[in-house]
Amino acid sequence: MARQHITTTINGDSAEFLCDTEQTLLDVLRDELRLTGSKEGCASGDCGACSVTLDGRLVCACLVLAAEVEGREVTTIEGMASGDQLHPLQQKFLDHAALQCGVCTPGFLVAAKALLDRNPDPTETEVRYWLAGNLCRCTGYDKIVRAVLDTAAEMRT
Amino acid sequence: MARIVLTGNLRLYTEGVTELELESGSIRSLLRELRRRYPDIPEDIEDELAISIDGVLHQDDWFAKIEPDSEVHLLPRIAGG
Amino acid sequence: MAAAVEKIFDDAVTDRKTRDKSLKWVGTRASRPDGVDKVTGRAKFGADTYLPNMLHGKVLRSPHAHARIKSIDMSKALALPGVKAGVTRDDFPDYPAGAVQPAGEMVINYRDMTRNIMAREKALYEGHAVAAVAAVNERVARQALSLIEVDYEVLPHVIDVDEAMKPGAPLVREDLITEGVEPTPQEPSNIAKRVEFGHGDLDSGFSKADVIIERSFKTQPVHQGYIEPHACLASFSEDGQAELWCSTQGHYVARGHCAKLLQMDVSKLRVTCSEIGGGFGGKTVVYLEPLALALSRKSCQPVKMVMTRDEVFRASGPTSGASMDVRVGATKDGSITAGEAILRFQAGAFGGSPVPAAAQCAFAPYDLENVKTVGFDVLCNRPKVAAYRAPGAPLGEYAVESVIDELAKTLEIDPLEFRLRNAAKEGTDSSYGPKFGPIGCVETLETAQSHEHYLAPLKPGQGRGVASGYWFNIGGQTSATLNLCEDGSVALVVGTPDIGGSRASLTMMAAESLGVELDKVRPLIGDTSALGYNMLTGGSRVTFAGGIAVHGAATDMITQLRERAAATWDIPVEDVEWHEGQAVAMNGYKNREDPMGLLDIAKDMAKSGGPIVGRCSTNAQGAGPSFGCHIVDVDVDKETGRVSVARYTVIQDAGKAVHPSYVEGQYQGGAVQGIGWALNEEYIYDENGKVENSGFLDYRVPVCSDVPMIDTVIVEVPNPTHPYGVRGVGETPLVPPLAAISNAVENALDIRFTELPMSPPRVLAAIESVG
Repeated sequence: MARQHITTTINGDSAEFLCDTEQTLLDVLRDELRLTGSKEGCASGDCGACSVTLDGRLVCACLVLAAEVEGREVTTIEGMASGDQLHPLQQKFLDHAALQCGVCTPGFLVAAKALLDRNPDPTETEVRYWLAGNLCRCTGYDKIVRAVLDTAAEMRT
Repeated sequence: MARIVLTGNLRLYTEGVTELELESGSIRSLLRELRRRYPDIPEDIEDELAISIDGVLHQDDWFAKIEPDSEVHLLPRIAGG
Repeated sequence: MAAAVEKIFDDAVTDRKTRDKSLKWVGTRASRPDGVDKVTGRAKFGADTYLPNMLHGKVLRSPHAHARIKSIDMSKALALPGVKAGVTRDDFPDYPAGAVQPAGEMVINYRDMTRNIMAREKALYEGHAVAAVAAVNERVARQALSLIEVDYEVLPHVIDVDEAMKPGAPLVREDLITEGVEPTPQEPSNIAKRVEFGHGDLDSGFSKADVIIERSFKTQPVHQGYIEPHACLASFSEDGQAELWCSTQGHYVARGHCAKLLQMDVSKLRVTCSEIGGGFGGKTVVYLEPLALALSRKSCQPVKMVMTRDEVFRASGPTSGASMDVRVGATKDGSITAGEAILRFQAGAFGGSPVPAAAQCAFAPYDLENVKTVGFDVLCNRPKVAAYRAPGAPLGEYAVESVIDELAKTLEIDPLEFRLRNAAKEGTDSSYGPKFGPIGCVETLETAQSHEHYLAPLKPGQGRGVASGYWFNIGGQTSATLNLCEDGSVALVVGTPDIGGSRASLTMMAAESLGVELDKVRPLIGDTSALGYNMLTGGSRVTFAGGIAVHGAATDMITQLRERAAATWDIPVEDVEWHEGQAVAMNGYKNREDPMGLLDIAKDMAKSGGPIVGRCSTNAQGAGPSFGCHIVDVDVDKETGRVSVARYTVIQDAGKAVHPSYVEGQYQGGAVQGIGWALNEEYIYDENGKVENSGFLDYRVPVCSDVPMIDTVIVEVPNPTHPYGVRGVGETPLVPPLAAISNAVENALDIRFTELPMSPPRVLAAIESVG
């Protein structure tokens, strides 16, 4: 079966690729575009390690078919820093030691940014429920939540 | 003479003896003497052991010193995760 | 090298008090050298590399829990266009029983390992690898799998540990005679081994008790739950040399296993460890790597293999499920007179569960005159168990700490006070034999007693529980190199994969030992060709043994730096000392020469003798054990049976916390894994022995909204065998939670659960049957 030719925007740059019908956005980001920051932890939308945004909406890239992003805007972890300036969330994750092995970190950062973009002053409970779709097995979530709350506080000033 | 305590299943090779006294020296000389006294003990027994000398844990350490007043425990090898 | 290492220890003991006051980096929360790559997605994990001409490998796995494999026909699969190679049991050597070899910290039975990576006579669990193919892309590889024809003769299976021990149970190995039993059994069984530990006289001990509590416990197997599935990329050349990139806790160990399974020289296989997305013990063994190498050798193309989450659950090694009986007796005034535990652990398809360690650790927090623990290692039709953080200890201590709690309640003694009255101390004969050196058991209990959490009142309906925990920790072979660069900066090369921030701690110790700015030392994790042997990252050994190696390399480098300065100044080397990162002329030559720092010496090192490289290769001994105490408050929803953790505090002895943030991280991560194990996680099997919940939706690990902040207290009782006093901390945090949470639930409901997990259906059923 012929592959599909898709044109889309990724992290503000126009991008194009060929994909099979059954390939997911995650497959294509990693295997076709070599944007390996988004990770596959489960391929069933349960772990959030592949979190990206699609037209500003937080999604699991493993649950989006690659063909679906034709003409739309995708942002990934690779688009979070600006040049050599880390996003405040990225810096706070480092300051708070909110990562140990780091494999879930890109997903958490994309998800946390999506939260702060829509709610700049979340409570701890709101942070925890928003991030409930991102699994971490190393940190127990404590320092991640602290980093997000601290970033929110700093970004509000 | 150092006091040697055999824990776990080692006693099955020594007819139930779990405590003995052996000449001090090193872990390697200890194991050789033990195998000399109890030939049923497998050649490669040290690969399955951790050895505590006066409370300090050794694993794969032939030349660790055993003093005349040392207390030595032979334990199963420790593997973590 | 032994002499050099001994000198380090002497320095440590005499200088520690002065050293602690003047520490510049050790004990601070320095920035992590690999951090930026991890927060930008730049860091490369196991599945993140690609090579030209790369093939994709896929594994055909047994759909049956137990079946004889009569034949495997690969012909149609190999004929499919795009398929470049296939392997089965015929492509791997058979090793006889007794082909046992030390590999890293474990003794490996290669007869078992060759069968675990690829089934031979029988498929021993659902998910057992039966064949593998490599094809030009994943789609073709999957198609090829569907064309492989396997003739199975399905056999009865057994999974539950108690069922597997019954006479007449289906035998996983038809010729297995139990080791460790006298007289030697005549009939085969599923019991691979019996072990026994203890000292004293149990009967006499129990006869002195005023109260004896006896309980039986049952737990289900759980998985380590690392978010990154197993992944590797293998590349064989036509001349028999190979490169392997893999996500592993130990690339030297992986190299050894793969070389043995592929029957090649170890030195011809170069293994690079990727960043690793969690391991917890589950990535100390190989699954895909030998298969990818074999496929690459056949096709002479690189082969990438990645497990799906489904495969991780079905085919990689989880922990044991266990069945345990514990009996403890005490006098009215709270003195334990005797303790006994009988532990039965699932080993999976091959022997080697952590039941010996469980038997040794179960009573470790206590000073007991009479104690006996017996362990049974039992085969069943599940994947071979792999380590999970202090393997064995969480289970043994779950059972014992639950009974200890009941005893304290029956005797009306505060649970922490009861533990303190019987606590192991320096000089105590441990429950597994040796006398303890300096340990932090009492310190963690006393800290808990006076902690604000323990003193805070409970809300109505809440319950509070405490439990102690212990793990031995290990040292092991470790090599490190410090290379002086021509501009005075230093490259640190280590050989232990960084699972949780160890690059930071090792760099901090190197900078501290050298007396230089932290930013001047940059770490690199070398591949297997870069250094002498390194045992894997596990056993809570990296900060301990890695620290000894790094300090040793720094000491070696300092000797060379002093020699170069002395030669440059034309004075005896005895008159040159190293202070705060500089060579300083002393005695009669003081003030005659300006001190020389790293840059001063480095810029002329070519002329003064050549490259300056500090080295240390050692087999670190004397790992200090780590004790912990957890306090947990729970709420129980009586309508749904859901147990929620309202508050959690971890108190644990680190010896010396090199980087407090990452020590806290270990405490918090282990506690939350324990919460999952206690409340939700379990493998669910159908009547055919197949896993029903092989994904994160139904294998329920804790999510962010399930848990509160995890408070931590780092206790420091220095370990005298380490230059900075370090004890390993990574494993102990998983040991107390199971009992602490169970004890909290008992406190809330007055119902003692003796089965894990305490999931909502079980809790609800218990509440309804009581009320």
